[in-house]
Amino acid sequence: MRKNRIAMASMAAVAALTLSACGGSDEGGTGGEGSEGGESVRIGIKFDQPGLGFQEGDTYTGFDVDVAKYVANELGYSEDQIEWVSAPSANRETLLETNGVDMIFATYSITDERKERVAFAGPYFHAGQDLLVREDESEIAGPEDLEGKNLCSVTGSTSATKVKELHPGINLVEQSGYADCLGLLETGGIDAVTTDDIILAGLAATEANQGKFKVVGNPFSDERYGVGLSQDSDMCEDINAAIQKMYDDGAWEEAISANTEGTGYTPNDEKNPPEPDACA
Amino acid sequence: MDAYLSLWETYGPQMLSTFWTNIQLTFWAAIASVTLGGFLALMRISPIPSLRWFGTAYVNIFRNTPLTIIMTFGVLVLFGVFQVQLASDFNLNFFRIAIIGLTIYHAAFFCEAIRSGVNTVPLGQAEAARAIGLSFLPAARHVILPQALRGAIAPMGNTLIALIKNSTVATAGSVAEISGTMKTMIEFRPDVGILVFLTVAAFFVIVVIPIGLLSTYLSKKLAVAR
Repeated sequence: MRKNRIAMASMAAVAALTLSACGGSDEGGTGGEGSEGGESVRIGIKFDQPGLGFQEGDTYTGFDVDVAKYVANELGYSEDQIEWVSAPSANRETLLETNGVDMIFATYSITDERKERVAFAGPYFHAGQDLLVREDESEIAGPEDLEGKNLCSVTGSTSATKVKELHPGINLVEQSGYADCLGLLETGGIDAVTTDDIILAGLAATEANQGKFKVVGNPFSDERYGVGLSQDSDMCEDINAAIQKMYDDGAWEEAISANTEGTGYTPNDEKNPPEPDACA
Repeated sequence: MDAYLSLWETYGPQMLSTFWTNIQLTFWAAIASVTLGGFLALMRISPIPSLRWFGTAYVNIFRNTPLTIIMTFGVLVLFGVFQVQLASDFNLNFFRIAIIGLTIYHAAFFCEAIRSGVNTVPLGQAEAARAIGLSFLPAARHVILPQALRGAIAPMGNTLIALIKNSTVATAGSVAEISGTMKTMIEFRPDVGILVFLTVAAFFVIVVIPIGLLSTYLSKKLAVAR
């Protein structure tokens, strides 16, 4: 009898979980469109990505943060109406679907698989995978020069997968975060770190790393950073207009140079600033 | 459903091969940590105070240090600073560093599991062994440990299950195992995100449940009737 009751309870729990999992994406829309009457906006950013989205106490800095502030301002939210939410890579889709955030600015590359679950405005930046090396390094100009050498990237990232496919001869060390990679680069365990160029520039521009590393400047992939939205969000057009305005009045370029200062980094100017895609 | 099948098409072989890495990590680390744990348990019950002290210190240090820290230490310090080479093959080097990390950590738990088995052996057994003229090691080998290990099967089974699951921490040590594959799948296939988690969880369930059943069965069957 007792056993039966426990079994029933656990079945009910499973059923409830399954049902709520299905409901989440449908209900997400109604809350999102309301936008709470212009009271506040929740924006997902990375909290641990220096130069892009970084939390220091209660201030947030970085290029993604600057773009987010500009866009939010254009949408009618002042800076103190923004609620910053941590959006680590693995949680981004879920955060949007469950309406945990209204938009995401977190080095979020636009891909077809992601469009199955979320929508994108933008892109607002065109990044490319590149290498970060020690300041005194002169032999490494691209991934071709790394055969038999040690390269570090983050487990499961696009960059790690790409470099494994393109250059199987490289010894790839996979770490859980780029900070660990930079530690290894400094002590000499590895010869280079790879990910998107602007992320590398952001890492190299932090105070602790000032003057120790440089970005090679030979990007070998296309990453188009978009603004993550839930699929029934109606903000896409307005965000694109805001991004276009940010290009036109020079604030975009200012944000880039302010966040990568001292690293010699300049974004690929053939592809930057990118034209926002048409909204679906 | 189609999306899920295509996930298997793309990542199926990688999932199986990386999960096989977890099994291998577990296998070697289990052998090494049971051995090391056995020695530590002997130290902790030995009549020599300095050995007892060493055994206790080891257990308390490594049982209380998170495995991730031990693993990260292995890579950042052994590989990063001292450039220790345990194998000429680049990836095998990390695999071996990971086995060492898993062993150091789980030896403390196996030691305690074995010692809990020793506690099931009545004190009179040790006294009787001494009375017939056996010194510590022969007494341990012929009288105490055979009974202790039978009593330790259930806790050792639990430690082994923990070891299997903890082998996923080897990702922090740059070993390509299943949780790394899971991160890759989440990065590239968010359209089947939850199914990715469930699939990887199922891999572990399939391996862990038989071990749990077997250790329960053996612990009952082999228990010393008192």
